[in-house]
Amino acid sequence: MNWIDIGHIDDIPLRGARKIKTPLGCVAVFRTAEDEVFAATDSCPHKGGPLSEGIVHGQSVTCPLHNWVFDLNTGQAASEDGAITTFLVLVQDGRVLIDGAKLDSRSAA
Amino acid sequence: MKQKLVIIGAGMASGRVIEHLVEDAPDAFDITLFNAEPRGNYNRIMLSPVLSGEKTYADIVTHDDDWYAAHGVTCRFGEHVTAIDPEMKVVAGQNGHVPYDKLIIATGSAPFIIPVPGKDLDGVITYRDLDDTNAMIEASAKGGKAVVIGGGLLGLEAAAGLAERGMDVTVVHLMGHLMERQLDEAAGYLLRKDLERRGITVRTQASTKAIIGDGRVEAVLLEGDETLPADLVVMAVGIRPETRLATDAGLSVARGVEVNAQMQTSDPDIFAVGECLEFDGHLFGLVAPLYDQAKVLAGTLLDQAAAFVVKDTATKLKVTGCDLFSAGDFAEGEGREDIVLRDPARGIYKRLVIEGDRLIGAVMYGDTADGNWFFQLIKDGTEIDEIRETLIFGPAFQGGDTSDPLSAVAALPREAEICGCNGICKGTIVDAITNGATDLGAVKAQTKASASCGTCTGLVEQLLQVTLGDDFQMPTAQPICGCCDLTHEDVRRLIKSQELKSQDAVWQELGWKTRNGCHVCRPAVNFYLLADWPLEYRDDPQSRFVNERKHANIQKDGTFSVVPRMWGGITNPAELRAIADAADKYDVPTVKVTGGQRIDLLGVRGEDLPFIWADLNKAGLVSGHAYSKGLRTVKTCVGTDHCRFGTQDSTGLGIRLEQALWGSWTPHKVKLGVSGCPRNCAEATCKDIGIICVDSGYQVSVAGAAGMDVRETERLCDVETEQEAIDVTIAFVQLYRENAKYLDRAYKWVDKVGLDWVQGRIADPDERQRLIEAFELSQSIYRKDPWAEHATQAHRYQPLADLTLEAAE
Ligand code: SRM
Ligand SMILES: Cc1cc2nc3c(=O)[nH]c(=O)nc-3n(C[C@H](O)[C@H](O)[C@H](O)COP(=O)(O)OP(=O)(O)OC[C@H]3O[C@@H](n4cnc5c(N)ncnc54)[C@H](O)[C@@H]3O)c2cc1C
Ligand code: SF4
Ligand code: FES
Repeated sequence: MNWIDIGHIDDIPLRGARKIKTPLGCVAVFRTAEDEVFAATDSCPHKGGPLSEGIVHGQSVTCPLHNWVFDLNTGQAASEDGAITTFLVLVQDGRVLIDGAKLDSRSAA
Repeated sequence: MKQKLVIIGAGMASGRVIEHLVEDAPDAFDITLFNAEPRGNYNRIMLSPVLSGEKTYADIVTHDDDWYAAHGVTCRFGEHVTAIDPEMKVVAGQNGHVPYDKLIIATGSAPFIIPVPGKDLDGVITYRDLDDTNAMIEASAKGGKAVVIGGGLLGLEAAAGLAERGMDVTVVHLMGHLMERQLDEAAGYLLRKDLERRGITVRTQASTKAIIGDGRVEAVLLEGDETLPADLVVMAVGIRPETRLATDAGLSVARGVEVNAQMQTSDPDIFAVGECLEFDGHLFGLVAPLYDQAKVLAGTLLDQAAAFVVKDTATKLKVTGCDLFSAGDFAEGEGREDIVLRDPARGIYKRLVIEGDRLIGAVMYGDTADGNWFFQLIKDGTEIDEIRETLIFGPAFQGGDTSDPLSAVAALPREAEICGCNGICKGTIVDAITNGATDLGAVKAQTKASASCGTCTGLVEQLLQVTLGDDFQMPTAQPICGCCDLTHEDVRRLIKSQELKSQDAVWQELGWKTRNGCHVCRPAVNFYLLADWPLEYRDDPQSRFVNERKHANIQKDGTFSVVPRMWGGITNPAELRAIADAADKYDVPTVKVTGGQRIDLLGVRGEDLPFIWADLNKAGLVSGHAYSKGLRTVKTCVGTDHCRFGTQDSTGLGIRLEQALWGSWTPHKVKLGVSGCPRNCAEATCKDIGIICVDSGYQVSVAGAAGMDVRETERLCDVETEQEAIDVTIAFVQLYRENAKYLDRAYKWVDKVGLDWVQGRIADPDERQRLIEAFELSQSIYRKDPWAEHATQAHRYQPLADLTLEAAE
C-alpha cells in the first residue's frame, strides 16, 4: 500500500464531499456525520453525475442528477444495477490518507 | 360412494377444513355440520371490532346459508351434540342421531370461569361468541361501570370495546403487568399507559375474591377487601379446550383431545381440529396454527400425506392505537443478549432477544411496522451476526437502502409470511396482484390475506403499491420517506409543538429510522426547521440539493449556470458590460435570455464560480437564485413609465417586491408578476403571486402556475395602495412558508387548505401584521447575497488535492 496525504478531514464538510484529481479521473472523498471517510469515483455510472456534489446521508450518497443512491461501503447502487469503484481511505491524526497503490495499479491495468 | 363426514362445531378451524374439502374433492363427502351456536361460521376474532362498533355481525360472517347450500353441507345449527358412540359410529344430537364414517371434533374451547362466589350472577359475562358480544353491547347501552377480570388479549379487547361504548372500565389483572405471556414489563407498561390515556383504569396484582350482588351483579370484591362497583363484569381469564364429548367417548384426552401429526385421535376414524386438541404437549389459542391443522386434516381425509408441525406464532392486539407485537421467546436467560431501542417521546419500545447468532424473540410496542420482518428472521433461524448492529432498526436500514418508503416490504423474500392468520406469504399475494387482483378486496378474496384479523392490511396495501407502482392509490397518508413513519404534515406540526430546533432533535424525538435522513427527507426537515425557528436554526447547506448548496444550477455535464438578478427585469449598460466581460473571461459557452427576464451564463466550471461571482458583484450584480426554492423572478411590464395604458408603476412595484422577498427560502419556488393594466403583459395571472394594476389600485391574485400544470391565479384581495399590495404579498409568502409541505408549489398548498382560509388569515389585520413581522425576522438573516459570501471561500470550490501532479513528479 502507498498512502498519500490528501488533506485534513476538516477540509471536507460534515455530511459532504470534496473531489481530488487522480490519474484515474476525479475521485470523491466523503465525510459522514460521524466522521467516517470514504472515497469513490466521482462519476455516476448512470449519466456521469458528479457524486461529490450529492447529498451525503448515513453511509450513502445520492447522485445530484437523477437521485441514484450509492452505498459508500460497497459502491453498490440501491435498487439500480450499477456501482462505483471505492478506494481505501483512512484518517490519522486528522489527516486523510488514500491508498495510492490502488489508484496506480488500476491506472497500470 | 360418498363417505359420511360429521363435524361437531362450526368454528374457525372446521370452517377451514370444509373449505379445503369442497375445493379439492367436492364429491368425496356427505357433510353434516353441528353447531351449538344457532349460526354458522363467522370470523370469531373480529368480535372485538363488533363490540367496539367498527363492524357488524354481517361483516364478519365467513359462510352464509347460501354457501352451505351450494356445497351440500347439511347444517344442524343451534343443536348440541350430546354424545359420541365410537363403536356404533354415530353421534347423538339434541334432535336425533347421525351415523358417520369419519368424525371431526372441532368444539373449540370454553371460557374459564374462576370459581368465586357470585360467578353466576346476572351481568357476569364471558367473552367467546356473538351472544356474549351482544350481551355486552346491550349492557353498555345503559352506561355505568364495567369490571373486566383478566388483562390478557381478550380482556383488553373487551375493555377497549366497552370503553368505546361509553362505559367506565376497570381491568383487574392478577399478574404484575398486562399480557404477561406476550409482553415483557416495559411493553406492558406502555400498553397500560395507552389504555389509561383512553380512560381505562388498570389494576395489576389484583385478585378477585368474590362478585357481589343480589340476583344481579353490583360490585367486585378484591383480595384486601377493596370493592369495585360494577354494573357489568366480564370474565376473561383464560380458556380451556372443550373436551367433554371426547372424554365421555373414551378417547385419549390430556388437557386437550390428543392427536397425532395427522390430526387423528386415539380412534382412527375420529379426528380433531382447532383449540380443542392437544398435540405433542401443545395447546393452541390463535388461528394461524389452526389453519395449518385444517389443511393437514383435509389432506389426511383425502389420503394425502400431510403432517402438522408447531410453528412460532406472533401476537398482535386489535385495539386501535395500541400497537404491539410479540413473537418467539423473550425471557431473559444465560447466554442471551438483548438489544433495546426506546423512544420515550413517542412511546416506542423495541426489544430483540438474541441467542448465539440467531434472533429468538421480539417484543415491540408503539411501532410494529417491522414485526413481520423480525418474525421471519426468528422462524427461519437466520444468522444475524452481520447485521447485528443495525438489526433493531429493521429492514429499511439493511443494505443502506433507505430511500424507498416501501423498501421494508420490497426487501422481504417471497416466502415471507404476510398474513399470519392464514399463513399467506408474500409470493402468493404478489402473484395474485399480477394476475389481476389490484385492490385490497380482490387480494382478500383470492388469497385470504388480511381476511381474518386484518392487522396485515397495511402490509398488503404496501405490496399492492410495490407491485403496481403508480397504478395503486394508497388510501392512507404517506410518510415522507422510508426514514420515518410520519407525514410531512405531522413532522411540521411536531417541530412546532415539541419545539424541535435541530436536525438531531427531529431524528431523535420523531424516531427517524436512519442516522440522518436521506436526500428526500433531509431537505424537507431542513426547510421546516429554518422556517419555524429562524433565529435558533440556520440553513444547512449539506441538507440542500447541490444547486442550493452551491448557489448555481448544475448542468448535465457537471458545469454550472450563473443567473444574476435583474431587479424587476430592469438592467443597464454597466451591468450588461460586466456580464459580457465575465462571459469572455470565463469562456462561457452560452449566454441566453431566460424566460424570467434576465440573462443566463451557461456552462461555467465549478472551480470558476467564486471568481465569476466576485467579478459580477463588483458591478453590483447579485445572485438571481435561479436555483432555489425561494424567490425567483418578479416579472414586470413597463407600466406608467412608458406605456400609454399603464395605470400604476408596475415596474417600480416589481422591483420593490423583489427587493423585499429575495433570499428567503420557501417550500417551493416563488415567482411573481406585476402588470400595469389588465392587458397583463407580465403574465401575472400564471404566477404564484400576480398583481394587476388598475385605476382604483391593485388586484392581488395567487396560486397560479405555468409549468407542469397551467393554472390561472385566483383573486386574493383588492387593495388601494402600493404598500398594502406589498404587505399582502409578504403575508401570503410567510403563510405559505409556515404551512405548506416541502415541494408543494403555492397552488398545490392553496388547493389543500382552501383559498377561503388563506383569505381569512390575510384579511385579519393582527394576523397579517404577525406574518409580516415573522417574515422580516427571517429576512434579517437571509436577505443577503450568497455569492458574495461564497466568493470569499474560493478554496472550497477547488479540488482537495491533485494527484495527477504527484504522479508526474
Ligand atoms: C433558465 C430557464 C429556462 C430559460 O432558458 O429560459 C429555466 C431553467 C430551468 N428550469 Fe424552469 N426555467 C426558466 C423559466 C421557467 C418558467 C417561465 C417563467 O418563470 O416565467 C417556467 C414556467 C412557469 C412556472 O414556473 O410556473 C418554468 C418551469 C419550470 C419547472 C416546472 C415548475 C412547476 O411547478 O411545474 C421546473 C421544475 C421544478 O422547478 O421542479 C423548472 C426547472 C428548471 C431547471 C432549474 C431544471 C433543473 O433543476 O435543472 C432548469 C435549469 C436549467 C439549467 O440547466 O440552468 N422550470 N421555468 C428559465 C429561468 C428563469 C429565470 O430567469 O429564473
Ligand atoms: C374475542 C376474541 C378475539 C380473538 N382474537 C384473536 C386474534 O386476534 N388472533 C387470533 O389468532 N385468534 C384470536 N382469537 C382466538 C380464535 O378466535 C380462536 O383460536 C378460534 O376461533 C378457535 O377456533 P376453533 O374452530 O377451534 O373453535 P371455535 O371457533 O370456538 O368454534 C367451536 C364451535 O364449536 C361449537 N361447539 C362446542 N361444543 C359443541 C357441541 N357439543 N356441539 C355442537 N357444537 C359445539 C361452539 O359453539 C363453537 O361455535 C380470538 C377469540 C376471541 C373470542
Ligand atoms: S423546459 Fe426547463 S427543465 Fe425542461 S429542458 Fe428546458 S430548461 Fe430544462
Ligand atoms: S447521473 Fe447519477 S443518477 Fe443520473
